[in-house]
Amino acid sequence: MISRRVVILNGIVLLILLAATAAFARVDLGVWNTPIAMAIAVAKAVLVILFFMEVKVSPKLIWLTAAMGFFWLAILALGVWTDVMTRVAIFPR
Amino acid sequence: MRDGVVAHQFDDLEQQNEADRLGMWVFLITEVLFFGGMFTAYIEYRTIHPQAFSIASHHLDYWMGTINTALLLVSSMTMALAVHGAQRGKRWISALFLFCTIVLGLGFLGVKFWEYAKHINEGLVPGRGFKYMGPYAREVELFMSFYFLMTGMHALHMTIGVCVVTVMLLLTLAGKITRVYHSPIVIAGLYWHFVDIVWIFLYPCFYLIGGPK
Repeated sequence: MISRRVVILNGIVLLILLAATAAFARVDLGVWNTPIAMAIAVAKAVLVILFFMEVKVSPKLIWLTAAMGFFWLAILALGVWTDVMTRVAIFPR
Repeated sequence: MRDGVVAHQFDDLEQQNEADRLGMWVFLITEVLFFGGMFTAYIEYRTIHPQAFSIASHHLDYWMGTINTALLLVSSMTMALAVHGAQRGKRWISALFLFCTIVLGLGFLGVKFWEYAKHINEGLVPGRGFKYMGPYAREVELFMSFYFLMTGMHALHMTIGVCVVTVMLLLTLAGKITRVYHSPIVIAGLYWHFVDIVWIFLYPCFYLIGGPK
C-alpha cells in the first residue's frame, strides 16, 4: 500500500508539473515547445501510474502487463509514423 | 464463496485481489490501444499540417484546459486517498474522498460542456455548422474533428467514471466495502486514474501545441 503522505506529495508534484507545462506554453521556445510539453505529460503519466495506480508496489506481473499496453502502442505509432514520413506525396524529397 | 468474500476458484484473498487487478489492467490495455489509435492518427496529421494545427489550437481556451487538468489531477489524488481509506477500513474517510472525486469529476464535465457550447456558438463544429473562414480552413476543421472525437470519447469515459465512483460511494455507505474486501474500489480507482492519464496527454496535444499567441 502506498502511504497517504506519498499520495498527497504526488498530487502536489503533479500540480507543480501542470504549472510548469502551462507556463512553458506561454513562452516561445520555437521547436522545443512541443517536446517539453510532451515530456512533462509523460512524467505526469508515470507518476500517476507508479503512485496513484500503485504499480510501484504491485507484483511484477502487473508491471509487465502495464508496460505491454504502451509497448504495443509504440509498435502501432512507429509503424504508422514510418509509413507517413516516407510518403513522397506528403513529404517530397 | 468462502468467508463470504473469497470466490471458490481462489486459494486466498490475496490471490483474488491480484487476479482482480490483473483483469482490470488487461482491460486498460485495450483502452490504451483504443485511445492510442486516435492519438497516433492525430500525431500524423499534426506532423503533416503543423502550422494549421497551431493556428487551430489558439481557438481553444487555454485557461479552461488548464483548470480542467488541475481538476482531474486533484480528483485522481482524492480517488487514491479514497482507496487508501478503504484499504485501512476507514469507511467515512473513504466515502468523503469518493464524494470529492465525484464533485471534481462533475466540475470537469461542466467546464467541458461549457467549452463545447462556446465552440458551437463560434461555428467551430466540423460539418455544416463550420463557419471558420480564416487561413487553413480545411485543416482547422480536421483539427476540430480530432478535438471533438477525442475529448468527446474522454468525456464519455468520465461520465462512466462518475457513475462507477457513485456506485462505489453507495457501496461504501452501505458497509459493503470493508478493510478485508475493498477490491471494487481499487478497480474503480484504476479506471479513474487511466481516464486522468488520457487527459494528461489530450491537454498538451490540443491546448498547448500552438505555443504563445
